[in-house]
Amino acid sequence: MEHAIEADGLVKSYPKGVTALDGLSFAVAPGSVFALLGPNGAGKSTAVKILTTLAKPDSGAARVADIDVIANPDRVRRTIGVVAQGSSVDIQATGRENLRLQGQIYGMRRHALEQRAQDLLERFGLADAADRVARGYSGGMQRRLDIAMALVHDPAVLFLDEPTTGLDPEVRADMWAEIARLATDQGKSVLLTTHYLEEADQLAEWVAIVDRGKVVAQGTPDGLKRELRGDAIHVDLEREYNGTVTRALSDLEAIRDVAVDGRTLRARADDGGRAVPLVLQALESHGVDVSSVRVARPSLDDVYLKYTGRTFDAADHEWDGRRRLTAAP
Amino acid sequence: MTLVRHTLYMTLRHLRELWRQPWFVAVTLVQPVIWLLLFGALFKRVIEIPGFHGRSYIAFLAPGVVVMTAMFSSAWSGMALIEDINRGVTARFLVSPVRREALIAGRILKEAVVVVIQSLIIVALALIVGASFPGGVAGVAALFVISALLGATFGALSNGFGLIMRQEEALIGAVQFIVLPLTFLSATFLAANLIPTWMQHVADFNPVNWAVVAGRSAVSANADWGLIAARAGFLVALLGLSVAFATRAFQSYQRSV
Repeated sequence: MEHAIEADGLVKSYPKGVTALDGLSFAVAPGSVFALLGPNGAGKSTAVKILTTLAKPDSGAARVADIDVIANPDRVRRTIGVVAQGSSVDIQATGRENLRLQGQIYGMRRHALEQRAQDLLERFGLADAADRVARGYSGGMQRRLDIAMALVHDPAVLFLDEPTTGLDPEVRADMWAEIARLATDQGKSVLLTTHYLEEADQLAEWVAIVDRGKVVAQGTPDGLKRELRGDAIHVDLEREYNGTVTRALSDLEAIRDVAVDGRTLRARADDGGRAVPLVLQALESHGVDVSSVRVARPSLDDVYLKYTGRTFDAADHEWDGRRRLTAAP
Repeated sequence: MTLVRHTLYMTLRHLRELWRQPWFVAVTLVQPVIWLLLFGALFKRVIEIPGFHGRSYIAFLAPGVVVMTAMFSSAWSGMALIEDINRGVTARFLVSPVRREALIAGRILKEAVVVVIQSLIIVALALIVGASFPGGVAGVAALFVISALLGATFGALSNGFGLIMRQEEALIGAVQFIVLPLTFLSATFLAANLIPTWMQHVADFNPVNWAVVAGRSAVSANADWGLIAARAGFLVALLGLSVAFATRAFQSYQRSV
């Protein structure tokens, strides 16, 4: 298998002229966690719907585990596990019954299925609640059951559509640990959609930034950040030194974009860690006293800003506004 | 085979869901009991009207209540489907290899099973309060089959409309709009020759009336099996159309996901 998932020029528009996907292309390497990162309304969920056989694209091609999604949806369905945006637990059934039905659909044998259900319940901390009706589960428990259900038939490719949206920060951290384990311990290929920058940063080996139905940038989280050319160095000085500071640093090749503003010095460096001692040394030799130093790696937010010209939050709000407009009578 | 297994899994799921709502079960059982006892007492003396030929009114009413209950309980079937759609359960099934037909068939079959259980209880109760069914076991079995057919038909229609409306409130309105007129435009409470002529003509096209007429004949002393077979045939045909309608509605839902 060359790619676990492949999307090639996917286009999808909905009635009323809304273009959800505008030539979306990406490929997911087997056994990796891949994140589609973008604000609400960027087209991530539409992409997942197409790749999981729920919707058909207007044009373009999609393959999952080398199976054509449009020509062979049923074979794709046997290969994938899907955790949808928002819980899809049957709240009238117990956790165990939910898992059992899910396994039965895939034709699992009774004993293997019972064992598998028990293992998953234990692994996701649901063993004590296994025989209680899921209506009484907390949001985090229902989400864990969602993931357990998606794993019952041991799929090779897993889709997680906004898996931690709406969860408490602690629960989210637990979920991240669980997702990270899926790819590392079990060799599953995971496609994650998220509009949390930290989530993509934490979990994904490869991130594709989606904006208005297209991939605008992709790479490893670190690689994307490196394209911003370096770290930000931020130095607080004991007092104002006027021209001395600029003179002290003028010969240093490790840094650039030096800016002094009163008692604050800002500069960029390809490698912040290596530049800082040199900066301190140069300042010291010119008699400049330093009170604190910070090195900041550029965030994915900076990356998003670079490629779309908007901050992530602004794009999210813009979408809310659009949605309110279309929802108005 | 896969279709049969998947339908069975879904039917069991829906039956278990029902069993988990004891209040709902209680209400669906109390309702026919009230119909039977209350209307039985209220209209006790109508059998003195010549058209009834002096039979016990409870014995006359019981098949009507069986049929009416079959329609009443099945007509709500689409509500649970709307809830499944809203909760993302249906979408979860659609990304699995479950047979699509099973998602509708399981609900229809569940309605049929529920109808048979309700019918058993109503007939037992009627026997306890002194009704007799000269048609015997075969007649009562035929009544059950007919009411199950009607229940399945209304279950399919309810799911079809539920898929089109996607809103619980809208479906409630539609069910209430349809169910009572169908009951009263039939021979459920009164012998056919006692209702106005124009109503009799309307009743000829009313599936509830087909079921009441056929079911009542089946449990009577001289069952008209020709009539019963004809009405059952109509019901089977209508069930086929209703299932086709629900299937089409489901396909259009799938396209809209």
